[in-house]
Amino acid sequence: MPDPGTRVEVRSTDDPSASVVAIFGDVTSGSEPALMEAFVAAVDGGARTIVLDFAGLEYMNSGGIGLLVTMLVRAKRQGQRLLAVGLSDHYREIFSLIRLDEAIGIHDDANAALAASRA
Amino acid sequence: MQSKDTGAWAHPVSSLATTAVGAPDDAVTGRRVAGPVHGFGQMWQKTFRVRLDGAGSPRDVMATWKERFPTFWPQSVKFYAPLAGIAPGEVALLEIAPLPGTPVRLSTGVLVIYADDESFTFMTPEGHTLSAWITFSAFQDAGVTLAQVQVLERPSDPLDDIAYHLGGSRMQTRFWEDTLIALARHLGTTEPSVETIVVCVDRKRQWRYVRNLRRSATLHSMMRTATAPGRWVTSRVRRRD
Repeated sequence: MPDPGTRVEVRSTDDPSASVVAIFGDVTSGSEPALMEAFVAAVDGGARTIVLDFAGLEYMNSGGIGLLVTMLVRAKRQGQRLLAVGLSDHYREIFSLIRLDEAIGIHDDANAALAASRA
Repeated sequence: MQSKDTGAWAHPVSSLATTAVGAPDDAVTGRRVAGPVHGFGQMWQKTFRVRLDGAGSPRDVMATWKERFPTFWPQSVKFYAPLAGIAPGEVALLEIAPLPGTPVRLSTGVLVIYADDESFTFMTPEGHTLSAWITFSAFQDAGVTLAQVQVLERPSDPLDDIAYHLGGSRMQTRFWEDTLIALARHLGTTEPSVETIVVCVDRKRQWRYVRNLRRSATLHSMMRTATAPGRWVTSRVRRRD
C-alpha cells in the first residue's frame, strides 16, 4: 500500500515506564512501518504504557484504524497498555462507533492519561 | 475544522437497523457491531490481492466493485444490499450456506463502517460467526492496479472457533480468493492469480467473550432450520382454518 507520509515522534515522559507516540498527518494501512517502528522504539525504551497522541492527526481511514487494532493486540500480548489523547470529537465518535473506546482508554491530554495509568 | 474523512465514516448507533429487502431472516436489527477486539478465538489477518492488468484507475475499480458487489460473491453466500448501496452506515443482510447441499442457512449481516472512493470496510454484528473487519481497496503498484481484500478476524464464540478450525477458515479463504477472481475477470484480466497472505496476530483466546454464544447466528440458524417443519405444518393448519 502507498505510504501516506505519516510522521511519528516518540517522546519520553517523567515516568520512565510511559512514552508518548505523537502522530501527525494521515494514517492509513500504508502507515504500518512508521507506526510499528515508533511502537517498537517506545517498548524498547522500557515503556509499559504507550500514549498515542492524535492531536496532529489530519485524516484516518479504516485501514488506519485496522492498524490501531493490530497495535492494540500486540501491546496487550506483551503486557503493555495503550491510551489515546488529543482525539477530536470526530475521531472520538469513530472510536465509539467501532467500540475501540472499550479497549483503549481515551483522555484529554497526556498528563491526564499518565495520571490514569498510575491510578 | 472538518477532517478530510468526514462523510466517509458511519455515525455511531446504539443498535443496527437495515434497509435491505428480500432476505428470509433478519438476525441483525437491534444488535451492536462486534469487531475483532470483541471476538473469542485467535486473531488472524488475511490479505488477498489480485493484479488487474489493463483495468482502470483504483477509483474506477472501486466504483465497479461497489456497484456490482453482490455479483462477485460465490453462490454460497447471498448478499442483500441496503437500499443506498455500499454507503457509510448502511447494513446489508447475508444468507450463508455453511454446509453445501444441506438446508442449513446462516442469517447474518454487515455494517458499512467506512466508504470512500478508494476503499470500503465492513464490520460484523454481534452473533456473526466471525468478529471481523473487512476492508476492500484498490491501489497502484508499479503502474498496475491491484484489488485487495484484507480481513482482520476472530471466531466469535467457542462453537465458531471449532468450526473455523475444522474447515471454516479454509472455506473463507477460498471465498475471498474466488471473489477477487470474479472481480478480475469482470474487469478484463483473463488469468487472474490471487496472492494470499495469512498472519496470526494473536494466538490467545479471549475467554471473557465466551458469552458471545448467547447471540450466536450459528445456533440461531440451526434452531430455525430444525423448527422449519413445525412452522410449515402450523402455517398449513392455520391456512386451512
